[in-house]
Amino acid sequence: MASSGQLRPASGHTPAPDGTGSAPVIKAVRLRHPWRNLIAVVLVVYAAAFLWDAATRKQLEWDVFAKYVFDRRISEAAFNTLQLTVYSMLIAVVLALLLAVMRLSPNPVFKSISWFYLWIFRGTPVYVQLTFWGLLSVIYPTLSFGLPFTAPLVTLPTGDALNVFQLAVIGLALNEAAYLAEIIRAGILSVDRGQEEAATALGMTWSQTMWRIVIPQSMRIIIPPTGNEVISMLKTTSLVTAVPYSFDLFTRSRDISAETFSPIALFLVASAWYLAITSILMVGQYFLEKRFARGIGDARPDKGATADPDALLVDGRGPLGFLRSRGRQKREEL
Amino acid sequence: MTDTLMVDADQVYKNFGANQVLKGISLEVKRGEVLCLVGPSGSGKSTFLRCINHLESVDAGRLRVDGVLVGYRERGDKLHELKPSEAALQRRQIGMVFQRFNLFPHMTAIENVIEAPIRVNKASRAHAVARARELLDRVGLADKGGSYPAHLSGGQQQRVAIARALAMDPKLMLFDEPTSALDPELVGEVLDVMKALAQDGMTMIVVTHEMGFAREVADSLVFMDGGVVIESGNPREVLANPQHERTKAFLSKVL
Repeated sequence: MASSGQLRPASGHTPAPDGTGSAPVIKAVRLRHPWRNLIAVVLVVYAAAFLWDAATRKQLEWDVFAKYVFDRRISEAAFNTLQLTVYSMLIAVVLALLLAVMRLSPNPVFKSISWFYLWIFRGTPVYVQLTFWGLLSVIYPTLSFGLPFTAPLVTLPTGDALNVFQLAVIGLALNEAAYLAEIIRAGILSVDRGQEEAATALGMTWSQTMWRIVIPQSMRIIIPPTGNEVISMLKTTSLVTAVPYSFDLFTRSRDISAETFSPIALFLVASAWYLAITSILMVGQYFLEKRFARGIGDARPDKGATADPDALLVDGRGPLGFLRSRGRQKREEL
Repeated sequence: MTDTLMVDADQVYKNFGANQVLKGISLEVKRGEVLCLVGPSGSGKSTFLRCINHLESVDAGRLRVDGVLVGYRERGDKLHELKPSEAALQRRQIGMVFQRFNLFPHMTAIENVIEAPIRVNKASRAHAVARARELLDRVGLADKGGSYPAHLSGGQQQRVAIARALAMDPKLMLFDEPTSALDPELVGEVLDVMKALAQDGMTMIVVTHEMGFAREVADSLVFMDGGVVIESGNPREVLANPQHERTKAFLSKVL
Protein backbone atom coordinates (compact mmCIF):
# COMPACT_ATOMS: atom_id res chain seq x y z
CA MET A 1 0.00 0.00 0.00
CA ALA A 2 2.65 2.44 1.07
CA SER A 3 4.81 1.82 -1.96
CA SER A 4 1.97 2.47 -4.40
CA GLY A 5 1.19 5.62 -2.48
CA GLN A 6 4.71 6.87 -3.04
CA LEU A 7 4.21 6.68 -6.78
CA ARG A 8 1.30 9.07 -6.61
CA PRO A 9 2.85 12.52 -6.20
CA ALA A 10 4.38 12.44 -9.69
CA SER A 11 0.92 12.63 -11.24
CA GLY A 12 0.14 15.70 -9.16
CA HIS A 13 2.05 17.86 -11.65
CA THR A 14 0.00 16.98 -14.70
CA PRO A 15 -2.05 19.96 -15.87
CA ALA A 16 -5.78 19.81 -15.35
CA PRO A 17 -7.51 18.07 -18.27
CA ASP A 18 -9.73 21.05 -18.97
CA GLY A 19 -6.68 23.08 -20.00
CA THR A 20 -7.00 25.69 -17.28
CA GLY A 21 -3.74 24.56 -15.64
CA SER A 22 -1.02 27.18 -15.78
CA ALA A 23 1.80 24.78 -16.71
CA PRO A 24 4.27 26.61 -19.04
CA VAL A 25 4.17 25.52 -22.70
CA ILE A 26 7.35 23.67 -23.58
CA LYS A 27 9.14 24.72 -26.76
CA ALA A 28 9.95 21.23 -27.94
CA VAL A 29 13.12 20.70 -29.94
CA ARG A 30 13.18 17.24 -31.40
CA LEU A 31 16.21 15.07 -30.81
CA ARG A 32 18.41 15.36 -33.90
CA HIS A 33 20.13 12.43 -35.57
CA PRO A 34 23.20 13.81 -37.42
CA TRP A 35 24.91 10.42 -37.63
CA ARG A 36 21.93 8.80 -39.24
CA ASN A 37 21.97 11.30 -42.07
CA LEU A 38 25.71 11.01 -42.55
CA ILE A 39 25.61 7.22 -42.71
CA ALA A 40 22.71 7.34 -45.17
CA VAL A 41 24.66 9.67 -47.47
CA VAL A 42 27.76 7.48 -47.31
CA LEU A 43 25.74 4.35 -48.08
CA VAL A 44 23.98 5.96 -51.02
CA VAL A 45 27.33 7.05 -52.46
CA TYR A 46 28.74 3.55 -52.09
CA ALA A 47 25.63 1.97 -53.60
CA ALA A 48 25.75 4.33 -56.57
CA ALA A 49 29.41 3.55 -57.09
CA PHE A 50 28.73 -0.17 -56.95
CA LEU A 51 25.86 0.08 -59.42
CA TRP A 52 27.87 2.21 -61.83
CA ASP A 53 30.72 -0.25 -61.60
CA ALA A 54 28.38 -3.22 -62.12
CA ALA A 55 26.72 -1.59 -65.10
CA THR A 56 30.01 -0.92 -66.84
CA ARG A 57 31.92 -4.05 -65.78
CA LYS A 58 32.87 -6.17 -68.82
CA GLN A 59 32.85 -9.47 -66.86
CA LEU A 60 29.10 -9.20 -66.22
CA GLU A 61 28.48 -9.32 -69.96
CA TRP A 62 25.40 -7.09 -70.09
CA ASP A 63 25.27 -7.46 -73.88
CA VAL A 64 24.82 -11.23 -73.46
CA PHE A 65 22.25 -10.56 -70.70
CA ALA A 66 20.26 -8.33 -73.05
CA LYS A 67 20.43 -10.94 -75.79
CA TYR A 68 19.08 -13.78 -73.62
CA VAL A 69 16.80 -12.16 -71.09
CA PHE A 70 13.81 -12.41 -73.44
CA ASP A 71 15.06 -15.49 -75.28
CA ARG A 72 12.22 -17.87 -76.09
CA ARG A 73 13.94 -20.79 -74.30
CA ILE A 74 14.34 -18.72 -71.16
CA SER A 75 10.78 -17.43 -71.03
CA GLU A 76 9.49 -20.95 -71.64
CA ALA A 77 11.70 -22.21 -68.84
CA ALA A 78 10.36 -19.48 -66.58
CA PHE A 79 6.84 -20.66 -67.39
CA ASN A 80 7.85 -24.25 -66.58
CA THR A 81 9.26 -23.09 -63.24
CA LEU A 82 6.03 -21.26 -62.50
CA GLN A 83 4.04 -24.40 -63.37
CA LEU A 84 6.24 -26.55 -61.13
CA THR A 85 5.65 -24.06 -58.30
CA VAL A 86 1.89 -23.80 -58.72
CA TYR A 87 1.18 -27.51 -59.23
CA SER A 88 3.39 -28.70 -56.41
CA MET A 89 1.99 -26.06 -54.03
CA LEU A 90 -1.60 -26.99 -54.85
CA ILE A 91 -0.95 -30.66 -54.17
CA ALA A 92 1.06 -29.78 -51.08
CA VAL A 93 -1.74 -27.64 -49.59
CA VAL A 94 -4.32 -30.42 -49.94
CA LEU A 95 -1.96 -33.04 -48.55
CA ALA A 96 -0.81 -30.76 -45.73
CA LEU A 97 -4.37 -30.00 -44.69
CA LEU A 98 -5.02 -33.73 -44.48
CA LEU A 99 -1.81 -34.30 -42.51
CA ALA A 100 -2.51 -31.48 -40.07
CA VAL A 101 -6.07 -32.66 -39.44
CA MET A 102 -4.81 -36.23 -39.00
CA ARG A 103 -2.16 -35.04 -36.56
CA LEU A 104 -4.81 -33.31 -34.45
CA SER A 105 -7.47 -35.98 -34.73
CA PRO A 106 -8.31 -38.06 -31.67
CA ASN A 107 -7.49 -41.19 -33.68
CA PRO A 108 -4.03 -42.51 -32.68
CA VAL A 109 -3.58 -44.34 -36.01
CA PHE A 110 -4.05 -41.12 -38.00
CA LYS A 111 -1.82 -39.28 -35.56
CA SER A 112 1.00 -41.78 -35.99
CA ILE A 113 0.75 -41.83 -39.78
CA SER A 114 1.00 -38.05 -39.89
CA TRP A 115 3.89 -38.00 -37.44
CA PHE A 116 5.77 -40.65 -39.43
CA TYR A 117 5.24 -38.75 -42.70
CA LEU A 118 6.64 -35.58 -41.19
CA TRP A 119 9.57 -37.44 -39.71
CA ILE A 120 10.58 -38.87 -43.10
CA PHE A 121 9.95 -35.86 -45.31
CA ARG A 122 11.37 -33.21 -43.01
CA GLY A 123 14.24 -35.43 -41.98
CA THR A 124 15.78 -35.87 -45.45
CA PRO A 125 17.04 -33.18 -47.86
CA VAL A 126 14.68 -32.26 -50.68
CA TYR A 127 17.51 -32.77 -53.19
CA VAL A 128 17.86 -36.38 -52.04
CA GLN A 129 14.11 -36.88 -52.22
CA LEU A 130 14.03 -35.54 -55.78
CA THR A 131 16.86 -37.89 -56.73
CA PHE A 132 14.88 -40.75 -55.24
CA TRP A 133 11.81 -39.86 -57.31
CA GLY A 134 14.06 -39.87 -60.39
CA LEU A 135 15.19 -43.38 -59.49
CA LEU A 136 11.62 -44.60 -58.95
CA SER A 137 11.55 -46.50 -62.23
CA VAL A 138 14.79 -48.24 -61.29
CA ILE A 139 13.49 -49.31 -57.87
CA TYR A 140 9.95 -50.11 -59.04
CA PRO A 141 10.05 -50.88 -62.78
CA THR A 142 6.27 -51.35 -62.89
CA LEU A 143 3.37 -49.80 -61.01
CA SER A 144 0.46 -52.10 -60.23
CA PHE A 145 -2.96 -51.14 -58.94
CA GLY A 146 -5.25 -53.57 -57.16
CA LEU A 147 -5.97 -55.19 -53.84
CA PRO A 148 -3.24 -56.92 -51.82
CA PHE A 149 -2.92 -60.69 -52.36
CA THR A 150 -4.93 -60.56 -55.57
CA ALA A 151 -3.92 -60.18 -59.20
CA PRO A 152 -3.35 -56.46 -59.96
CA LEU A 153 -6.04 -54.79 -62.00
CA VAL A 154 -3.64 -52.55 -63.94
CA THR A 155 0.10 -52.78 -64.37
CA LEU A 156 2.07 -49.99 -66.05
CA PRO A 157 5.77 -49.49 -66.65
CA THR A 158 6.73 -46.69 -64.25
CA GLY A 159 8.45 -44.68 -66.98
CA ASP A 160 5.26 -44.62 -69.06
CA ALA A 161 3.00 -43.76 -66.16
CA LEU A 162 4.97 -40.77 -64.93
CA ASN A 163 7.21 -38.40 -66.89
CA VAL A 164 10.02 -36.40 -65.28
CA PHE A 165 7.90 -33.27 -64.93
CA GLN A 166 5.27 -35.18 -62.97
CA LEU A 167 7.96 -36.84 -60.85
CA ALA A 168 9.42 -33.41 -60.09
CA VAL A 169 5.99 -32.10 -59.06
CA ILE A 170 5.39 -35.14 -56.84
CA GLY A 171 8.81 -34.80 -55.23
CA LEU A 172 8.41 -31.10 -54.50
CA ALA A 173 4.81 -31.47 -53.32
CA LEU A 174 5.44 -34.32 -50.90
CA ASN A 175 8.36 -32.49 -49.33
CA GLU A 176 6.49 -29.20 -49.08
CA ALA A 177 3.41 -30.86 -47.57
CA ALA A 178 5.42 -31.81 -44.50
CA TYR A 179 6.34 -28.18 -43.79
CA LEU A 180 2.92 -26.78 -44.68
CA ALA A 181 1.28 -29.33 -42.39
CA GLU A 182 3.03 -27.76 -39.43
CA ILE A 183 1.96 -24.26 -40.50
CA ILE A 184 -1.64 -25.41 -40.81
CA ARG A 185 -1.46 -27.22 -37.48
CA ALA A 186 -0.27 -24.02 -35.80
CA GLY A 187 -3.16 -22.15 -37.43
CA ILE A 188 -5.70 -24.67 -36.21
CA LEU A 189 -4.28 -24.61 -32.69
CA SER A 190 -4.60 -20.81 -32.67
CA VAL A 191 -8.39 -21.07 -32.83
CA ASP A 192 -9.94 -20.92 -29.38
CA ARG A 193 -11.17 -24.20 -27.94
CA GLY A 194 -14.50 -22.58 -27.13
CA GLN A 195 -15.27 -22.61 -30.84
CA GLU A 196 -14.89 -26.36 -31.02
CA GLU A 197 -16.97 -26.75 -27.86
CA ALA A 198 -19.79 -24.59 -29.15
CA ALA A 199 -19.92 -26.55 -32.39
CA THR A 200 -19.79 -29.87 -30.53
CA ALA A 201 -22.56 -28.76 -28.18
CA LEU A 202 -24.72 -28.03 -31.24
CA GLY A 203 -24.37 -31.67 -32.27
CA MET A 204 -21.85 -31.11 -35.06
CA THR A 205 -19.44 -33.98 -35.65
CA TRP A 206 -15.70 -33.57 -35.34
CA SER A 207 -15.15 -33.29 -39.09
CA GLN A 208 -18.01 -30.80 -39.49
CA THR A 209 -16.51 -28.75 -36.68
CA MET A 210 -13.09 -28.80 -38.35
CA TRP A 211 -14.13 -27.91 -41.91
CA ARG A 212 -16.91 -25.46 -41.09
CA ILE A 213 -15.73 -23.75 -37.92
CA VAL A 214 -12.07 -24.22 -37.08
CA ILE A 215 -10.25 -24.23 -40.43
CA PRO A 216 -11.94 -21.10 -41.85
CA GLN A 217 -10.86 -19.20 -38.74
CA SER A 218 -7.31 -20.52 -38.87
CA MET A 219 -6.78 -19.15 -42.41
CA ARG A 220 -5.77 -15.75 -41.05
CA ILE A 221 -2.82 -17.37 -39.29
CA ILE A 222 -2.02 -19.78 -42.12
CA ILE A 223 -1.91 -17.39 -45.10
CA PRO A 224 1.24 -15.30 -44.35
CA PRO A 225 3.70 -18.17 -43.76
CA THR A 226 2.14 -20.06 -46.67
CA GLY A 227 2.88 -17.11 -48.95
CA ASN A 228 6.43 -17.37 -47.71
CA GLU A 229 6.47 -21.06 -48.63
CA VAL A 230 5.25 -20.31 -52.17
CA ILE A 231 8.14 -17.93 -52.73
CA SER A 232 10.52 -20.43 -51.20
CA MET A 233 9.10 -23.14 -53.47
CA LEU A 234 9.72 -21.00 -56.55
CA LYS A 235 13.43 -21.13 -55.83
CA THR A 236 13.46 -24.73 -54.63
CA THR A 237 12.29 -25.74 -58.13
CA SER A 238 15.87 -25.09 -59.25
CA LEU A 239 16.72 -28.43 -57.58
CA VAL A 240 14.54 -30.48 -59.97
CA THR A 241 17.67 -31.08 -62.01
CA ALA A 242 18.18 -33.93 -59.52
CA VAL A 243 15.18 -35.83 -60.99
CA PRO A 244 16.54 -34.99 -63.66
CA TYR A 245 14.14 -32.46 -65.15
CA SER A 246 16.07 -29.91 -67.17
CA PHE A 247 13.52 -27.44 -68.53
CA ASP A 248 13.18 -25.25 -65.45
CA LEU A 249 14.58 -21.73 -65.38
CA PHE A 250 17.82 -22.42 -63.55
CA THR A 251 18.81 -25.64 -65.38
CA ARG A 252 17.92 -24.14 -68.76
CA SER A 253 20.03 -21.04 -68.11
CA ARG A 254 22.93 -23.21 -67.04
CA ASP A 255 22.61 -25.41 -70.14
CA ILE A 256 22.60 -22.37 -72.43
CA SER A 257 25.59 -20.93 -70.63
CA ALA A 258 27.46 -24.18 -71.26
CA GLU A 259 27.07 -23.54 -75.00
CA THR A 260 27.78 -19.82 -74.96
CA PHE A 261 30.52 -19.87 -72.29
CA SER A 262 28.86 -16.98 -70.50
CA PRO A 263 27.69 -18.41 -67.16
CA ILE A 264 27.63 -15.06 -65.34
CA ALA A 265 25.31 -13.37 -67.79
CA LEU A 266 22.90 -16.29 -67.85
CA PHE A 267 22.78 -16.57 -64.09
CA LEU A 268 21.92 -12.89 -64.03
CA VAL A 269 19.17 -13.63 -66.54
CA ALA A 270 17.80 -16.41 -64.33
CA SER A 271 18.03 -14.19 -61.22
CA ALA A 272 16.15 -11.40 -62.96
CA TRP A 273 13.32 -13.78 -63.82
CA TYR A 274 13.17 -15.28 -60.32
CA LEU A 275 13.10 -11.78 -58.87
CA ALA A 276 10.33 -10.71 -61.24
CA ILE A 277 8.13 -13.72 -60.42
CA THR A 278 8.78 -13.33 -56.68
CA SER A 279 7.74 -9.67 -56.88
CA ILE A 280 4.46 -10.63 -58.50
CA LEU A 281 3.85 -13.33 -55.88
CA MET A 282 4.56 -10.84 -53.10
CA VAL A 283 1.91 -8.49 -54.44
CA GLY A 284 -0.52 -11.41 -54.48
CA GLN A 285 0.36 -12.28 -50.90
CA TYR A 286 -0.21 -8.71 -49.79
CA PHE A 287 -3.77 -8.73 -51.12
CA LEU A 288 -4.53 -12.19 -49.71
CA GLU A 289 -3.38 -11.12 -46.26
CA LYS A 290 -5.48 -8.00 -46.42
CA ARG A 291 -8.48 -10.06 -47.43
CA PHE A 292 -8.17 -12.50 -44.52
CA ALA A 293 -7.41 -9.83 -41.92
CA ARG A 294 -10.74 -8.13 -42.68
CA GLY A 295 -12.86 -9.68 -39.94
CA ILE A 296 -10.33 -8.71 -37.29
CA GLY A 297 -9.41 -5.29 -38.60
CA ASP A 298 -12.90 -3.87 -38.32
CA ALA A 299 -13.74 -5.23 -34.87
CA ARG A 300 -15.08 -2.50 -32.59
CA PRO A 301 -13.51 -2.63 -29.14
CA ASP A 302 -15.81 0.12 -27.93
CA LYS A 303 -18.81 -2.16 -28.35
CA GLY A 304 -18.07 -4.38 -25.42
CA ALA A 305 -16.70 -7.89 -25.51
CA THR A 306 -16.04 -9.24 -28.98
CA ALA A 307 -15.93 -12.79 -30.21
CA ASP A 308 -12.33 -12.60 -31.40
CA PRO A 309 -9.87 -14.97 -29.70
CA ASP A 310 -8.49 -12.14 -27.55
CA ALA A 311 -11.85 -11.64 -25.96
CA LEU A 312 -11.73 -15.09 -24.43
CA LEU A 313 -9.09 -14.06 -21.96
CA VAL A 314 -10.08 -13.16 -18.46
CA ASP A 315 -10.25 -9.39 -18.70
CA GLY A 316 -12.22 -9.51 -21.93
CA ARG A 317 -9.70 -7.37 -23.78
CA GLY A 318 -6.92 -9.85 -24.43
CA PRO A 319 -3.18 -9.25 -24.61
CA LEU A 320 -3.50 -6.39 -27.10
CA GLY A 321 -6.46 -4.80 -25.41
CA PHE A 322 -4.39 -2.02 -23.90
CA LEU A 323 -3.13 -1.04 -27.36
CA ARG A 324 -6.68 -0.72 -28.59
CA SER A 325 -7.89 1.40 -25.73
CA ARG A 326 -4.79 3.55 -26.07
CA GLY A 327 -5.50 3.98 -29.75
CA ARG A 328 -9.00 4.99 -28.92
CA GLN A 329 -7.81 7.51 -26.36
CA LYS A 330 -5.59 9.04 -28.99
CA ARG A 331 -8.47 9.49 -31.37
CA GLU A 332 -10.50 11.17 -28.65
CA GLU A 333 -7.66 13.55 -27.93
CA LEU A 334 -7.45 14.69 -31.53
CA MET B 1 -42.62 -41.05 -12.19
CA THR B 2 -39.51 -41.18 -14.34
CA ASP B 3 -41.29 -39.86 -17.42
CA THR B 4 -41.75 -36.48 -15.74
CA LEU B 5 -38.00 -36.20 -15.15
CA MET B 6 -35.95 -34.37 -17.78
CA VAL B 7 -32.61 -34.80 -16.01
CA ASP B 8 -31.90 -37.57 -13.54
CA ALA B 9 -28.38 -37.68 -12.09
CA ASP B 10 -27.53 -40.57 -9.82
CA GLN B 11 -24.20 -40.57 -7.97
CA VAL B 12 -22.21 -38.86 -10.75
CA TYR B 13 -18.43 -38.87 -10.33
CA LYS B 14 -15.85 -37.07 -12.44
CA ASN B 15 -12.06 -36.92 -12.09
CA PHE B 16 -9.49 -34.83 -13.89
CA GLY B 17 -6.42 -36.98 -13.33
CA ALA B 18 -6.00 -37.31 -9.59
CA ASN B 19 -8.32 -34.39 -8.95
CA GLN B 20 -11.83 -35.51 -8.07
CA VAL B 21 -14.17 -32.76 -9.26
CA LEU B 22 -17.57 -34.39 -8.80
CA LYS B 23 -18.02 -36.67 -5.82
CA GLY B 24 -21.38 -38.30 -6.28
CA ILE B 25 -23.83 -35.70 -7.54
CA SER B 26 -27.47 -36.74 -7.43
CA LEU B 27 -30.23 -34.41 -8.53
CA GLU B 28 -33.42 -34.35 -10.54
CA VAL B 29 -34.90 -31.77 -12.86
CA LYS B 30 -38.53 -32.13 -13.84
CA ARG B 31 -39.85 -31.33 -17.26
CA GLY B 32 -40.47 -27.59 -17.60
CA GLU B 33 -38.53 -26.82 -14.45
CA VAL B 34 -35.78 -24.22 -14.05
CA LEU B 35 -32.92 -25.23 -11.80
CA CYS B 36 -30.23 -22.82 -10.71
CA LEU B 37 -26.87 -24.24 -9.80
CA VAL B 38 -24.84 -21.98 -7.53
CA GLY B 39 -21.61 -22.30 -5.62
CA PRO B 40 -18.08 -20.96 -5.36
CA SER B 41 -15.72 -21.31 -8.34
CA GLY B 42 -14.12 -24.73 -8.44
CA SER B 43 -17.16 -26.33 -6.84
CA GLY B 44 -17.74 -28.46 -9.96
CA LYS B 45 -20.98 -26.85 -11.08
CA SER B 46 -19.73 -26.05 -14.60
CA THR B 47 -18.19 -29.50 -14.91
CA PHE B 48 -21.48 -31.09 -13.93
CA LEU B 49 -23.28 -28.99 -16.54
CA ARG B 50 -20.80 -30.11 -19.20
CA CYS B 51 -21.38 -33.74 -18.22
CA ILE B 52 -25.08 -33.38 -19.00
CA ASN B 53 -24.36 -32.98 -22.74
CA HIS B 54 -21.29 -35.20 -22.62
CA LEU B 55 -18.76 -32.43 -23.33
CA GLU B 56 -17.10 -34.15 -20.37
CA SER B 57 -17.56 -37.86 -19.85
CA VAL B 58 -18.81 -39.13 -16.53
CA ASP B 59 -16.43 -41.51 -14.72
CA ALA B 60 -19.02 -43.23 -12.57
CA GLY B 61 -22.73 -42.98 -11.90
CA ARG B 62 -25.70 -42.63 -14.19
CA LEU B 63 -26.86 -39.47 -15.88
CA ARG B 64 -30.11 -39.58 -17.81
CA VAL B 65 -31.69 -36.92 -19.99
CA ASP B 66 -35.33 -37.60 -20.85
CA GLY B 67 -34.89 -41.17 -19.68
CA VAL B 68 -31.87 -41.86 -21.93
CA LEU B 69 -28.41 -42.46 -20.52
CA VAL B 70 -26.03 -39.69 -21.66
CA GLY B 71 -22.84 -40.72 -23.47
CA TYR B 72 -23.11 -44.39 -22.56
CA ARG B 73 -25.05 -47.52 -23.33
CA GLU B 74 -25.88 -49.93 -20.56
CA ARG B 75 -25.16 -53.53 -21.46
CA GLY B 76 -25.27 -56.13 -18.71
CA ASP B 77 -23.68 -54.54 -15.67
CA LYS B 78 -21.31 -52.29 -17.65
CA LEU B 79 -21.59 -48.89 -19.27
CA HIS B 80 -20.13 -48.69 -22.77
CA GLU B 81 -19.13 -45.28 -24.11
CA LEU B 82 -21.04 -44.18 -27.21
CA LYS B 83 -19.36 -43.46 -30.52
CA PRO B 84 -18.75 -39.72 -31.14
CA SER B 85 -21.44 -39.72 -33.83
CA GLU B 86 -23.96 -41.20 -31.39
CA ALA B 87 -23.02 -38.69 -28.70
CA ALA B 88 -23.45 -35.93 -31.30
CA LEU B 89 -26.98 -37.17 -31.98
CA GLN B 90 -27.82 -36.91 -28.26
CA ARG B 91 -26.44 -33.39 -28.06
CA ARG B 92 -28.76 -32.11 -30.76
CA GLN B 93 -31.59 -31.98 -28.26
CA ILE B 94 -29.58 -30.27 -25.52
CA GLY B 95 -28.85 -26.60 -26.10
CA MET B 96 -25.91 -24.95 -24.41
CA VAL B 97 -25.03 -21.31 -23.81
CA PHE B 98 -21.51 -20.40 -22.75
CA GLN B 99 -20.04 -17.77 -20.51
CA ARG B 100 -17.92 -16.42 -23.39
CA PHE B 101 -20.74 -16.70 -25.99
CA ASN B 102 -18.50 -18.67 -28.39
CA LEU B 103 -20.27 -17.34 -31.46
CA PHE B 104 -18.56 -18.22 -34.71
CA PRO B 105 -16.78 -14.93 -35.54
CA HIS B 106 -16.48 -15.64 -39.27
CA MET B 107 -20.24 -15.91 -39.67
CA THR B 108 -23.00 -13.32 -39.36
CA ALA B 109 -25.60 -13.66 -36.60
CA ILE B 110 -28.07 -15.41 -38.87
CA GLU B 111 -25.37 -17.71 -40.27
CA ASN B 112 -24.50 -18.65 -36.70
CA VAL B 113 -28.11 -19.61 -36.08
CA ILE B 114 -28.70 -21.61 -39.29
CA GLU B 115 -25.37 -23.48 -39.25
CA ALA B 116 -26.38 -26.44 -37.06
CA PRO B 117 -29.94 -26.87 -38.39
CA ILE B 118 -28.54 -27.09 -41.93
CA ARG B 119 -25.44 -29.20 -41.20
CA VAL B 120 -26.76 -31.42 -38.43
CA ASN B 121 -30.52 -31.62 -38.95
CA LYS B 122 -30.19 -31.34 -42.74
CA ALA B 123 -32.88 -28.65 -42.79
CA SER B 124 -33.40 -26.78 -46.04
CA ARG B 125 -31.71 -23.40 -46.15
CA ALA B 126 -34.94 -21.51 -46.73
CA HIS B 127 -36.60 -23.22 -43.78
CA ALA B 128 -33.60 -22.66 -41.51
CA VAL B 129 -33.39 -18.97 -42.43
CA ALA B 130 -37.10 -18.44 -41.77
CA ARG B 131 -36.81 -20.11 -38.38
CA ALA B 132 -33.63 -18.16 -37.57
CA ARG B 133 -35.38 -14.84 -38.29
CA GLU B 134 -38.18 -15.90 -35.98
CA LEU B 135 -35.70 -16.76 -33.21
CA LEU B 136 -33.66 -13.58 -33.64
CA ASP B 137 -36.91 -11.65 -33.41
CA ARG B 138 -37.76 -13.54 -30.22
CA VAL B 139 -34.47 -12.47 -28.59
CA GLY B 140 -35.04 -8.92 -29.78
CA LEU B 141 -32.44 -8.88 -32.54
CA ALA B 142 -34.56 -9.03 -35.69
CA ASP B 143 -32.49 -6.26 -37.29
CA LYS B 144 -29.07 -7.74 -36.44
CA GLY B 145 -29.15 -10.87 -38.60
CA GLY B 146 -26.53 -9.55 -40.98
CA SER B 147 -24.08 -8.37 -38.30
CA TYR B 148 -20.87 -10.14 -37.48
CA PRO B 149 -20.35 -11.00 -33.79
CA ALA B 150 -17.52 -8.45 -33.54
CA HIS B 151 -20.04 -5.71 -34.32
CA LEU B 152 -22.46 -6.73 -31.58
CA SER B 153 -22.35 -5.88 -27.88
CA GLY B 154 -21.76 -8.65 -25.36
CA GLY B 155 -25.44 -8.79 -24.47
CA GLN B 156 -26.44 -8.97 -28.12
CA GLN B 157 -23.88 -11.71 -28.75
CA GLN B 158 -25.21 -13.76 -25.88
CA ARG B 159 -28.76 -13.37 -27.16
CA VAL B 160 -27.65 -14.58 -30.60
CA ALA B 161 -26.00 -17.52 -28.83
CA ILE B 162 -29.32 -18.34 -27.15
CA ALA B 163 -31.11 -18.15 -30.50
CA ARG B 164 -28.42 -20.41 -31.99
CA ALA B 165 -29.06 -23.03 -29.30
CA LEU B 166 -32.85 -22.74 -29.67
CA ALA B 167 -32.60 -23.30 -33.42
CA MET B 168 -32.02 -26.99 -32.76
CA ASP B 169 -35.37 -27.21 -30.92
CA PRO B 170 -33.80 -28.53 -27.73
CA LYS B 171 -35.83 -30.08 -24.96
CA LEU B 172 -33.29 -28.94 -22.40
CA MET B 173 -31.19 -25.78 -22.22
CA LEU B 174 -27.93 -25.53 -20.28
CA PHE B 175 -26.57 -22.10 -19.33
CA ASP B 176 -22.99 -21.88 -18.10
CA GLU B 177 -22.68 -18.52 -16.31
CA PRO B 178 -24.39 -16.75 -19.22
CA THR B 179 -24.05 -13.24 -17.77
CA SER B 180 -20.66 -13.44 -16.04
CA ALA B 181 -18.75 -11.98 -18.99
CA LEU B 182 -21.13 -9.08 -19.51
CA ASP B 183 -20.92 -5.46 -18.50
CA PRO B 184 -23.39 -4.88 -15.65
CA GLU B 185 -25.79 -2.81 -17.74
CA LEU B 186 -26.07 -5.61 -20.34
CA VAL B 187 -26.96 -8.38 -17.88
CA GLY B 188 -30.65 -7.49 -17.74
CA GLU B 189 -31.38 -7.97 -21.45
CA VAL B 190 -29.97 -11.51 -21.37
CA LEU B 191 -31.81 -12.44 -18.17
CA ASP B 192 -35.05 -11.12 -19.68
CA VAL B 193 -34.68 -13.47 -22.64
CA MET B 194 -34.00 -16.38 -20.27
CA LYS B 195 -36.98 -15.45 -18.13
CA ALA B 196 -39.26 -15.45 -21.17
CA LEU B 197 -37.86 -18.82 -22.16
CA ALA B 198 -38.63 -20.22 -18.71
CA GLN B 199 -42.18 -18.87 -18.88
CA ASP B 200 -42.64 -20.66 -22.21
CA GLY B 201 -41.99 -23.91 -20.35
CA MET B 202 -38.41 -24.66 -21.37
CA THR B 203 -36.53 -26.98 -19.04
CA MET B 204 -33.38 -25.12 -18.00
CA ILE B 205 -30.32 -25.67 -15.86
CA VAL B 206 -28.55 -22.40 -15.13
CA VAL B 207 -25.16 -22.05 -13.51
CA THR B 208 -25.22 -18.49 -12.26
CA HIS B 209 -24.24 -15.94 -9.67
CA GLU B 210 -27.40 -13.93 -10.30
CA MET B 211 -29.28 -14.66 -7.07
CA GLY B 212 -32.07 -12.28 -8.08
CA PHE B 213 -32.72 -14.38 -11.17
CA ALA B 214 -32.65 -17.57 -9.08
CA ARG B 215 -35.13 -16.15 -6.60
CA GLU B 216 -37.50 -14.87 -9.24
CA VAL B 217 -37.38 -17.50 -11.98
CA ALA B 218 -35.99 -20.78 -10.64
CA ASP B 219 -38.17 -23.61 -9.37
CA SER B 220 -35.32 -25.08 -7.41
CA LEU B 221 -31.84 -24.09 -6.35
CA VAL B 222 -28.88 -26.37 -5.77
CA PHE B 223 -25.85 -25.19 -3.83
CA MET B 224 -22.66 -27.09 -4.68
CA ASP B 225 -19.26 -26.95 -3.03
CA GLY B 226 -16.23 -29.21 -3.30
CA GLY B 227 -17.90 -31.52 -5.82
CA VAL B 228 -20.94 -32.36 -3.70
CA VAL B 229 -24.47 -30.99 -3.35
CA ILE B 230 -24.55 -29.19 0.00
CA GLU B 231 -28.10 -27.99 -0.01
CA SER B 232 -31.06 -27.79 -2.35
CA GLY B 233 -34.67 -26.74 -2.36
CA ASN B 234 -37.00 -23.89 -3.15
CA PRO B 235 -34.75 -20.94 -4.08
CA ARG B 236 -36.66 -18.40 -1.98
CA GLU B 237 -36.37 -20.60 1.09
CA VAL B 238 -32.74 -21.53 0.57
CA LEU B 239 -31.70 -17.94 -0.09
CA ALA B 240 -33.69 -16.57 2.82
CA ASN B 241 -32.92 -19.27 5.30
CA PRO B 242 -29.89 -21.40 4.42
CA GLN B 243 -29.49 -24.45 6.65
CA HIS B 244 -25.89 -25.35 6.07
CA GLU B 245 -22.86 -23.36 7.27
CA ARG B 246 -21.14 -23.40 3.88
CA THR B 247 -24.27 -22.14 2.16
CA LYS B 248 -24.56 -19.34 4.70
CA ALA B 249 -20.88 -18.39 4.22
CA PHE B 250 -21.24 -18.34 0.43
CA LEU B 251 -24.49 -16.42 0.36
CA SER B 252 -23.17 -13.83 2.78
CA LYS B 253 -20.48 -13.04 0.21
CA VAL B 254 -22.65 -12.86 -2.93
CA LEU B 255 -25.92 -11.40 -1.64
